[in-house]
Amino acid sequence: MAVDTRRKTTNTIALGLSIVATVVGLFFLAAILVTLVVQGFSALSPRLLTENTPPPNVDGGGLLNAIFGSVAMTLIAIVVATPVGILAGTYLTEYARGSKVAEVAKFINDVLLSAPSIIIGLFVYTILVMPFGHFSAWSGAAALGLIALPVINRTTQDMLGLVPNALREAAAALGTPRWKTMTHVIYRAARAGILTGVLLAVARITGETAPLLFTALNNQFFSADLGGPMANLPYVIYQFATSADPNWQRIAWGAALLITLTILAINIIARALAGGKQQS
Amino acid sequence: MKTALLAGAAAAVISLAMSGAALAADITGAGSTFIYPVFAKWADAYKTTTGIGLNYQAIGSGGGIKQVEAKTVTFGATDKPLSDDELQKNGLVQFPMIMGGIVPIFNIDGVKPGALVLDAPSLAGIFQGKITRWDDAAIKALNPSVTLPSAPIVVVHRADGSGTTFNFTDYLGKGSKDWADNIGSDTAVEWPVGVGAKGSDGVANTVKQTAGSIGYVEYAYAAQNQLAYADLKNAAGKTIEPSLDTFAAAASNADWKDARNFNLVITNQPGDTSWPIAASTWVLIHTQPTDAAATAEALKFFDWAYKNGKDQAKALDYVSIPDAVVTQIEASWSGITAGGKPIFGAD
Amino acid sequence: MAVTTGETFDSSDGASGNQARRVVVQDRIFYYLTLASAVFVVVMLIGVMVSLVVGAWPALEKFGPSFIWTQRWSPVKEIFGALSPIYGTIITSVIAMIIGIPVSFGIAIFLTEICPDAIRRPIGVAIELLAGIPSIIYGLWGFFYLAPFMAAHIQGVWKFSLFGWNFALSLGGIPLIGGLFANSASGLNLFTAAVILAIMVLPFITSITRDVFQTVPTLLRESAYGMGMTTWEVVRHIVIPYCRVGLVGGIMLGLGRALGETMAVTFVIGNSHAISASLFAPATTISATIANEFSEATTGVYTSSLILLGLVLSIITFAVLGLAKWLLVRGDIK
Repeated sequence: MAVDTRRKTTNTIALGLSIVATVVGLFFLAAILVTLVVQGFSALSPRLLTENTPPPNVDGGGLLNAIFGSVAMTLIAIVVATPVGILAGTYLTEYARGSKVAEVAKFINDVLLSAPSIIIGLFVYTILVMPFGHFSAWSGAAALGLIALPVINRTTQDMLGLVPNALREAAAALGTPRWKTMTHVIYRAARAGILTGVLLAVARITGETAPLLFTALNNQFFSADLGGPMANLPYVIYQFATSADPNWQRIAWGAALLITLTILAINIIARALAGGKQQS
Repeated sequence: MKTALLAGAAAAVISLAMSGAALAADITGAGSTFIYPVFAKWADAYKTTTGIGLNYQAIGSGGGIKQVEAKTVTFGATDKPLSDDELQKNGLVQFPMIMGGIVPIFNIDGVKPGALVLDAPSLAGIFQGKITRWDDAAIKALNPSVTLPSAPIVVVHRADGSGTTFNFTDYLGKGSKDWADNIGSDTAVEWPVGVGAKGSDGVANTVKQTAGSIGYVEYAYAAQNQLAYADLKNAAGKTIEPSLDTFAAAASNADWKDARNFNLVITNQPGDTSWPIAASTWVLIHTQPTDAAATAEALKFFDWAYKNGKDQAKALDYVSIPDAVVTQIEASWSGITAGGKPIFGAD
Repeated sequence: MAVTTGETFDSSDGASGNQARRVVVQDRIFYYLTLASAVFVVVMLIGVMVSLVVGAWPALEKFGPSFIWTQRWSPVKEIFGALSPIYGTIITSVIAMIIGIPVSFGIAIFLTEICPDAIRRPIGVAIELLAGIPSIIYGLWGFFYLAPFMAAHIQGVWKFSLFGWNFALSLGGIPLIGGLFANSASGLNLFTAAVILAIMVLPFITSITRDVFQTVPTLLRESAYGMGMTTWEVVRHIVIPYCRVGLVGGIMLGLGRALGETMAVTFVIGNSHAISASLFAPATTISATIANEFSEATTGVYTSSLILLGLVLSIITFAVLGLAKWLLVRGDIK
């Protein structure tokens, strides 16, 4: 049976458009990455990692204090958010599975997950910066942690849900206490997936700027004082890129490239982990 | 294994927290982008000499006022002086740190720095959106020998609260009744037209990127980034080029002695060679600060800057505060106390 | 599968009574830890809303609901109105959706229906990597590359001559809707921000759409092909209607993301509180206004108005996200 020519043409056009759409989508990815690499490459040098952020209109300088600040705040945020997120996910899948309360709590978690990060920044400013009277790395880490928490909670729920019930039942049949079943059996089984979730959370908060605007602010110098303002990569990009100083702009692109490479690396590792898990 | 990892991470965090306490504390300040270039230079030199850093965030005068009032920084810097009431209400003192000039910057193909002449009425017209093209009659009248394109003017102003805006709009209001009546002057005004950029840096960058644009920044930003600036007609009717000399000429009229709480706006000063948009930056500090040690360090820095920072200020075309006024200022510091005793000069 | 056996109960042995009690206590501690963590998440969200309401109260008291439709934003006179930021937020997001949805659908259709197996995974991965790029990078790219491009090539006047006739065309010259595209020399405007937002939501909507498309039972698809429908007809008449609910959910998720976006937009939106009919005019969004002005709002009313803006944004975003979530659950996509 010959297919109607009109239908055939419509088909070709529609599918042709979908190919165009894909090309367009990939084109922007390529454009942004190419720009990033070209601009950021000239800033890549060992100096970027050994010197602190420079004052305007001088040559040289690096990102040491900003890298330290970002790493420190991310580390604290993840160290705090991971246990809380995993435990919360555990409650929602293991103890309250299917209940109305769990549905509401999961819903609220997902809303928090997609909340504009600037709102989180405002919240942390109100409770941690204003009462204590100064910007601090602690409040920056708190804001980042609050963004990471729902991500880890969500992936934990998903991963724990994938663990077959047979495991739980077998452990119970052997007389294992519930909490030990969780920690020694279930967590171990879902280990790769949960780790993936943590990595994704790290990738997510690495690039966040808005929550740090009113919490950690920034610092020209190297500072390990968590109670005071601390330099961080996103804020440095924000400040340096909008200036008219070519050296600052160069460093900003370097920071942008660093962040993007880090996030891409984390994503690739997370995928490898998740992919490996599926084979077991 | 997981426990070991977690324990290791916790140990790292704790050692971070403890090591932070051991390092020397930096002086924290925030505010005006006007003074930022010279603060940055001073901070660099001060750190080399004494090892103490100045962590200054140029978030705009409005931000500086807010942060110092909220006590999240040790001092604030503003190009708009606070009124007596505001000072008293928040327990603050203010004193001038530096003076300098604000210049209009523009980006027109083929027109060099200093080749364009403007005045308060024409600037007011441009920033109000009444003059929309570069070849408007009003601009042509001031620049008979310059070829101006028929391009639309893109106005660039500050998006954040800015003392630079305050001084610029004050100058516009003095030259144009329309501006004074409808828009007024403050750190943030209702701009009828134009694009908003963050900080003087942002304005400089946006003007650099946008053909046919005009903005206003502190002179150091224009000089350091090779941006084209415009000459202005001053109160005496003369066409003046922005430079250290013309800024100093305007500043020489400043009568700090008789200014209550050093409240003095120096735009549109008389004098044949005075630059019409001169401005000062004030430092704001609490009279009874919660962190006396930090305030003591800050005052020591300012004292150092008054005495040792003159050359660096000059190199960036800022006008230093005259020595006689510095004496007056430091005498007023006796009002900054902790436990009843003045903080400055205590050690 | 290695199972470590815990202590085993043997209730016939009196000494293990202690063991049993200890285990019960341990279990209970663990239970409460997890419960506390779950509650913590809920408390956080409530905390955010409460702190926003408390902070916004002075402004709410002063302006009341008229805050929403007042355009005037004057820090000097302390009169604030959210109309301009709300307008900017909604318009940029809507246009971003108009641009982004067809492109995302196109990519999803390509990936599920016609893409050769060999390159399916790499392209899928590439699109998801786009999702991981932080928004500030988009802002940077937009400011340095897209905005000048828009100003130079899209917003201006195209002059060319054809057969001896001189043409000067511009989008602003189109009759009737030309006012939407009034000429402007600066690429920092609503439209550029909308384009950046569209690029940002592309990966989200694409991956959800792709997941949703894959829930269509193979049997349904195969039957349709068996009846002689073309690929496009299958997509249009079978796949999309089947996934309707999930698709709308995915779109709303993207919309929620676009509404709250800060950094990408702040760089290119032009930061102006004036509302203009032209899409090529500078504007502002709620998050851009907060980001620009919060650190320096000096008076109580100014700060409170900014927090009220944040409250408005939260309400809009949470409503959209809530709806999206509900639709996705109904469409069987979690």
